[in-house]
Amino acid sequence: MTSATGIGARVLRTEDKRFLTGTGRYVDDLPLARATYAYFLRSPHAHAKIKSIDIAAAEKHPGVVNIFTGKDLVDAKVGGLICGWVVKDKHGDPHKAPPHPVMAVDTVRYVGDTVAMIVANSHDEARDAAEAIKVDYEVLPANVDLARAFDKGVPQVHAEAPGNLIYDWEIGVKADVEAAFAKAAHVTKMDIVNNRLIPNAMEPRAAAAEYDKGTGNYTLWSTSQNPHVLRLILSAFVLGIPEHKLRVIAPDVGGGFGSKIFCYADETMVCWAASRVGRPIKWTAERSESFLTDCHGRDHVTHAELALDKEGKFLALKVETIANMGAYLSTFATAVPTYLYATLLAGQYTTPLIYANVKAAVTNTAPVDAYRGAGRPEATFVVETIVSKAAAELKMDPAELRRKNFIPTTAFPYQTPVALQYDSGNYPPIIDEAMKIADYPGFEARRAEAKARGKLRGIGFSSYIEACGLAPSQVVGSLGAGVGQWESAQIKFNPTGNVQVMTGAHSHGQGHETTFAQLIHDKLGVPMDQIEIVHGDTATTPFGMGTYGSRSLAVGGSAIMKATDKIIAKGKKIAAHLMEADVADVVFENGTFKVAGTDKNVPLAQAVFAAYVPHNYPHAELEPGMDENAFYDPANFVYPSGTQICEVEIDPDTGIVEVIAHTAVDDFGNIINPMIVEGQVHGGIVQGVGQALFEGAVYDKATGQLVSGSFMDYTMPRADNFPSFKLGYKVTPCPHNPLGVKGCGEAGAIAAPAAVMNAVHNALAPIGVKHVEMPATPLNVWQSIQGAQRAAAE
Amino acid sequence: MTISVAMTVNGKAVSGKVEARTLLVQFLRENLGMTGTHVGCDTSQCGACVVHVDGQSIKSCTMLAVQAEGAKVMTIEGLAPSAEKLHPMQEAFRDNHALQCGFCTPGMVMSAIDMVKRHNYELDEATVRRELEGNLCRCTGYHNIVKAILAAAPAMKSAGV
Repeated sequence: MTSATGIGARVLRTEDKRFLTGTGRYVDDLPLARATYAYFLRSPHAHAKIKSIDIAAAEKHPGVVNIFTGKDLVDAKVGGLICGWVVKDKHGDPHKAPPHPVMAVDTVRYVGDTVAMIVANSHDEARDAAEAIKVDYEVLPANVDLARAFDKGVPQVHAEAPGNLIYDWEIGVKADVEAAFAKAAHVTKMDIVNNRLIPNAMEPRAAAAEYDKGTGNYTLWSTSQNPHVLRLILSAFVLGIPEHKLRVIAPDVGGGFGSKIFCYADETMVCWAASRVGRPIKWTAERSESFLTDCHGRDHVTHAELALDKEGKFLALKVETIANMGAYLSTFATAVPTYLYATLLAGQYTTPLIYANVKAAVTNTAPVDAYRGAGRPEATFVVETIVSKAAAELKMDPAELRRKNFIPTTAFPYQTPVALQYDSGNYPPIIDEAMKIADYPGFEARRAEAKARGKLRGIGFSSYIEACGLAPSQVVGSLGAGVGQWESAQIKFNPTGNVQVMTGAHSHGQGHETTFAQLIHDKLGVPMDQIEIVHGDTATTPFGMGTYGSRSLAVGGSAIMKATDKIIAKGKKIAAHLMEADVADVVFENGTFKVAGTDKNVPLAQAVFAAYVPHNYPHAELEPGMDENAFYDPANFVYPSGTQICEVEIDPDTGIVEVIAHTAVDDFGNIINPMIVEGQVHGGIVQGVGQALFEGAVYDKATGQLVSGSFMDYTMPRADNFPSFKLGYKVTPCPHNPLGVKGCGEAGAIAAPAAVMNAVHNALAPIGVKHVEMPATPLNVWQSIQGAQRAAAE
Repeated sequence: MTISVAMTVNGKAVSGKVEARTLLVQFLRENLGMTGTHVGCDTSQCGACVVHVDGQSIKSCTMLAVQAEGAKVMTIEGLAPSAEKLHPMQEAFRDNHALQCGFCTPGMVMSAIDMVKRHNYELDEATVRRELEGNLCRCTGYHNIVKAILAAAPAMKSAGV
């Protein structure tokens, strides 16, 4: 660290002042002159034929400007929404790709499917008019129960996906795994459901669009995590507006967690309709719409088996998973339960043989796609619960069984049997530190003390591995990704010496405006208040892939570092010219170019000024200006790892699970801003504990209605559900990126569910409870306890 | 049919024409262009819209604009005593990294100030967590929000706010 605000410093956030004073600018805050307001009429049925749509009465409603239906899009030859990742099934055939119309034409396939767009002079008028649209539906039976989605006689969601099967995919050699199981001393088996979640970023999705008749240019403001990717999809596949005629701006965005990666119907419609309406259009989802139409997360049904030898070494793992895609394939849906899931099934262990089979199903529910962790929480949940279950069955300490099977620190880089090559890691000190912080040796005394109070106390481990920093392009391309996975940066000095840094990443809570500025400050010596981080606008930033998969620092930060190298290289040449020295003798230290062994020096700001006012300048060798671009495509994913330990207390009379303590020790490689990293871990833990104890999207199995469709029905984690967390760090720098950093955004959510559920099972084991599904709500736990007591009585 | 409504917002007299159904938060955001107060749900659960009406914290999505006729309304925009100086609660949120995406922040800060005052500047962790029942945050895991409020209570007391 070169200063109190450089790499490694706990720097307060630059962006906070505007958010704390009510001067942030989110999409819904934009003042757009002469704006109209859109409202979407959505399907009330999970599955129905549209026999007719009558908009005549609605068109006469006060304030109505335009009404559009799916037929208008067909007439205008608008393309469907796309899934950008081709997964090949076990026969090598591409996945089934049923069409995804932007608005339904003849069939609706989930409650919330878009049926009509009403544009009016005010939101309330648009909403009122929607009620006057008459849609004649022929209601069809719905396919809602994931576990039965492939059964004979189940309603078919798409003719293009016979049997509701999108793909039947596998990784690993089944016969080898079966052979290992045949020789196993012990086999642990498990059936689990990874519960469906609704992301619920606090800012609902929103879009606004404006069309400039004079230039033919469109501007779309969207709550997007990746504005360039959104523009690419809209241009190349959906709307056909050339990329250079469409500007996408994602201003301040209020949380994403994956749900704002994708290209949705509503923002597509707002953009498309802007030229037809001839006035700007604004749309903001009501929370009820967010529940129905934001892409949901998780939703797996899994059977897993772990084979162990008599010493407790893992011999093989086999996993069968049915993954829910929802009614249509969202932007990256196909990749989540395959390449982001099954490739993580080695966890932190030397398990030599792994076989996974994943069948993806379409159902009459909202589309399912990436949500914080995306595939990796599901994998970690499988691995970490089955390992703890095996430890319990073998009467071994769960930490001991983990340690026995950890990949040795000397074995990195380590090739797993499921495609990934882990670049670095050092797992034993992490679990040691977590056990120390959590006072693991004192647990049995605490359990006894709780028992004396009539409470059941339990402790659970979860040792996760994550592959994040989504990249490199060649690898993701070979696995079916439709895009590259590099990141971009542009460092543009102004003549007066301050600097704008344009990044292709996008901040929606992660604090890039601070962390990225710390990089620039540290490397170039520019004071923090002279640095502006610019993101989220396709017109002002270089093409970038956006923010998801804990990639912004590892990939985007590395791109910034590459660009700083170019700035320094050019600055050296300018400084050498000004100092009449040889470039080879010029060094750059603390923001100043110097000639070693002399007192000659040129501050960076002076070199910048000379580049813009090149009166005394090496014109033969250099162009004027100080403005450098870099694109960074890494050599590998990054592999954060860690251990969480959760301690719970359960009231057997009510089934209420209380989280007493939660410890997380992580290895994120080098840390730029520990304050921001801690915040990411806290938030991740709460989302993970939320999955384990509170959250669950519930569809009525007969009708396909979303039962958990509001904050009154879907339990969001609240402040009084948690203790303060205990965190620790170990650092193994990433060997292949210039900062030595790994990702920290998803780790908390990846590890927490297994830690919590292992603690719940540990607490309930003494009274004979074998299994509790997530979310472990009071009812769920209480019923499990009653079931165990009945079984004991029989 | 429109109705005239007048109130004081952040010390300034304001007025406008609204429909009977116009919510206070709509009046603030749409009529006055004061977009610091946010709407995060449609069931009065999330607390992003909390403002103070006559000194009490209120979810402004749960009050009609006409109900605030003649009232003194304080929003997030009116808290800081000057462009350079923040309210101690805003300061504590910044110092403790109690915000990430910033969307729940205005409601959190307004609720937190009301909480501190109602408890006469004396709070413990359990009380703060219980009192945050009406405010949702999806980013911070609440950990640093709780820390910030506990730090702000004595700071508010000594600042006399």
